[in-house]
Amino acid sequence: MPVHKLVEEFKIDPSKVFDYLDSLYDNIKRVENKIQSFITIIPQETLDRYVENLIKENKHRIDNLKLFGIPIAVKDNISTKGIRTTCASKMLENYVPPYNATVVEKIMREGGIIIGKTNMDEFAMGSTTETSAFYPTKNPWDTTRVPGGSSGGSATALASGEAPLALGSDTGGSIRNPASFCGVYGLKPTYGLVSRYGLIAYASSMDQIGPMARNVVDLAILLSVIAGHDPRDSTSVPFVQSVDYVQELYKLYHKEPKLRIGIIKEFFEGSEEPVKKAATKAVDLLCSYHECQEISLPFSKQIIAAYYIIAMAEASSNLARFDGVRYGMKIDFTNRSWDEAFTEVRTKGFGYEVRKRIAIGAYILSAGYRDMYYIRALKLRRVLKERFDQIFKDHDIVVSPTMPILPPRLGEFFKDPLRIYLADVNTVAANLVGIPAISIPVDFYNGLPVGLQAMAKQFSEPLLLYVAKQLEDRTGFRDILAQP
Amino acid sequence: MSSNQTLKTIIGLEIHVQLTKLKTKLFCATSADYREKKPNTHVCPVCLGLPGTLPTVNRKAVEYAIAVAKALNCEISDRLMFVRKHYFYPDLPKNYQISQYIGPGFAPIAKNGYVKIIVDGKPKIVRIRRINIEEDPGRIVYLGSIETSPYSLIDYNRSGVALLEIVTEPDIESPKEARIFLEKLIAILEYLGVTDPGLEGAFRVDANISFEGFGRVEIKNIGSIRDVEKALTYEIVRQRRIIAGGGKIERETRHWDSNKGVTISLRSKEFEEDYRYFPDPDLPPLRISKELIEQITKSLPELPDERIDRFMKQYSLDEYRATVLVLNKWLADLFETCAKHYDKYKKLADLLITDFLRWINEFNIDYKNLRLDPLQIVKLLRLWDEGTLSVKMVKELLPQIIRDGIDVEDYVKSSGYTRLADKEYLKSVVEEVFRESPKAVQDALENPKAINYLIGLVMKKTGGRADPQLVREIILSMLDKMKNTGS
Ligand SMILES: [Zn+2]
Repeated sequence: MPVHKLVEEFKIDPSKVFDYLDSLYDNIKRVENKIQSFITIIPQETLDRYVENLIKENKHRIDNLKLFGIPIAVKDNISTKGIRTTCASKMLENYVPPYNATVVEKIMREGGIIIGKTNMDEFAMGSTTETSAFYPTKNPWDTTRVPGGSSGGSATALASGEAPLALGSDTGGSIRNPASFCGVYGLKPTYGLVSRYGLIAYASSMDQIGPMARNVVDLAILLSVIAGHDPRDSTSVPFVQSVDYVQELYKLYHKEPKLRIGIIKEFFEGSEEPVKKAATKAVDLLCSYHECQEISLPFSKQIIAAYYIIAMAEASSNLARFDGVRYGMKIDFTNRSWDEAFTEVRTKGFGYEVRKRIAIGAYILSAGYRDMYYIRALKLRRVLKERFDQIFKDHDIVVSPTMPILPPRLGEFFKDPLRIYLADVNTVAANLVGIPAISIPVDFYNGLPVGLQAMAKQFSEPLLLYVAKQLEDRTGFRDILAQP
Repeated sequence: MSSNQTLKTIIGLEIHVQLTKLKTKLFCATSADYREKKPNTHVCPVCLGLPGTLPTVNRKAVEYAIAVAKALNCEISDRLMFVRKHYFYPDLPKNYQISQYIGPGFAPIAKNGYVKIIVDGKPKIVRIRRINIEEDPGRIVYLGSIETSPYSLIDYNRSGVALLEIVTEPDIESPKEARIFLEKLIAILEYLGVTDPGLEGAFRVDANISFEGFGRVEIKNIGSIRDVEKALTYEIVRQRRIIAGGGKIERETRHWDSNKGVTISLRSKEFEEDYRYFPDPDLPPLRISKELIEQITKSLPELPDERIDRFMKQYSLDEYRATVLVLNKWLADLFETCAKHYDKYKKLADLLITDFLRWINEFNIDYKNLRLDPLQIVKLLRLWDEGTLSVKMVKELLPQIIRDGIDVEDYVKSSGYTRLADKEYLKSVVEEVFRESPKAVQDALENPKAINYLIGLVMKKTGGRADPQLVREIILSMLDKMKNTGS
């Protein structure tokens, strides 16, 4: 049952929340050992007590709570007070934040329940959830394949019915990629729409927290809850007051405006045949109503390079704070210089992929190489922004496959990392430019989901939701669960 | 004089000043008043650099920085940009410091300013290269000294406190000039009301010193103006000795040990440290509007240079007296309070900048704890003018006013502590002195300057209470009589 219906039921009879939790935990018991979506699951007794309190304390305002009684799976790089937040890293294996991320506060204020913390690539560095220091998460549609990443656990929790809503974070596609591989909806909001306060940073200029759901209206509900200005985040956009994205979505949905849709030629050409076919079929559905035109976005390889340069540079800085002094992994510092101690903590605490990106990032920022890499990447970022400004003069949205490939098999990433980096080509542009992008599940190929990505200009989330809803109606891709 | 005495000394200073008048730290809402607090109690997730936390700029700190920039005649950037300066050290919670940087794509809040100072009566300009806003790290606490402490403790209470880093051009040519410059700078900051430089650790200086053509040495973390002067003097002697011996001056960083009065080598500076500066993505550039700068400029208080000018005009003081008063803001304030009731301004100024200041130092009184009724100074001066008190008595009474808070008028009345102006009595004392010291009388008859010695003898006999002017008159007339009768 979709979240928007569940909430209505819970409001009429709050005791139904307990029944729902029963069924949810039963399902978790059944599937979790097969796919391993979670790093931390809150015990059912704890949640039951929490819900009892929630009902007691909000007796007179339950009707106003947008997420009353809804369990939400939260990616494990989003800080939760009193619940350990590991970033899927040994470095933070036992780190329990003393504060909540702004999005978590907002969810709890609306009656939402944090059910657990989902598995991810370590510090969000990866696109398969295999760089997790604990275990890889499996794709519920085919457990020999990866779920995508880095928000893999959030996507699989949705696809396998372990949670009805989830939060992910997206730096270069980390929401859209697993959404596409797992057959769910995932939205990366406009940079600055959702507060990053409490999100453990990977690449600050591109990180955004976003909603993930099994249908479009649920996605809009969660976006409504988490979006909005946060004075604790200087990059959060000040003029966005609370927007009800469900209302915005329905306004468009009923008015049915005809949009000008740009189809990114290179992104289709660069995709595997089955992906191309499925995505083209979905585009055809859109084009039967809207006005479509092929557009060109050249220099894909440069986009990828610029993305990784900026991301790694920022990561090397953001991850400098993990040194074992204040929190996180502890080692014996006795009789050692600071440098020795730091080196050991960071060598033991970080996995290979994270160490690699930190090292490359530090190199990129070092004197003498900065201009060659970092400054050039920033230039390309500006050029890309200008290109998108140009595109959005004539187009309301642009579409492409979310991922150019089907979900790879477990382990493939480590054999050919460059191929996996290149698979980010369709998703990273939105992060470099700061625009919103959505992944819409549109079809299956051999039982594996295929997603279509739509991008629009800043703060055009309603347009993306509208297009997604139209496709959802036509494809019937709604509340579909995998049976791992 | 050896030849290297003529080598030109080049000194540049980097001054770190905490904006202690701010209520909160630079990037979070934690109170900035961390002194005397239990370690690690003055912190929050942001200034502890916990994962996921983000900085937000303290607007008041920016306004203070703009005020300082204006007062130091700087160009102010139209954008506020922060960078991350990376180095691993345990007192730095994020292992990078949020700071500012000058270079392509970067801008400090202000640059290209200057401060006017007066050295040996001559005006001189010390240029300001730039001013940065940045966050203070925490503090490492050792048991005893750094070398012998069995462990290091870290206190993050200071972490995130707002600092200004003020960097001069290498325009300073002597330790004395450095002192004069710093006194002026501190005075300006005090007048602006942005800092209390007297607080422990609120004011730290890194001094760069070299001889023309030789390697540059940086002396880190000097805690007071006096120590800056001493450390530089020490370095000059040390380096001259090396140069005289034909040695080379290595580029290095040294530490000033104020207890031992020596500088100690910390590390050589063969390699420029790479801080991997890049713009802090958590703090997007903020526009600094012309309106804001104008508004701050308009509300600037009277600054030392303006006040010196005013003192010269309004009180007809010379530049030296005006400067000494004004650079000690509290003393200048005291002067102006007294000047409302007393119009011999030069006499007032002299008393304050000589004896008064000396006693304050002697008693080691912090001016903030000084409980003094300014009217007592006025009364003292008036009694002096009237001839009721002699210079000597004034000098004796002043410390009692400062230390014990006596009321001058009451004291003078009750103690009979008045000047002897009884002509008949004084005449008898003079006659007595003449009888006892015929040789001195003879001298005085031959040399008018020797009269002072006779006056001194009279003063001694009267315990300093005789009116010296009157005594002089009596002696002169008696000598005249002797000359007339004797010849
Ligand atoms: Zn704080």
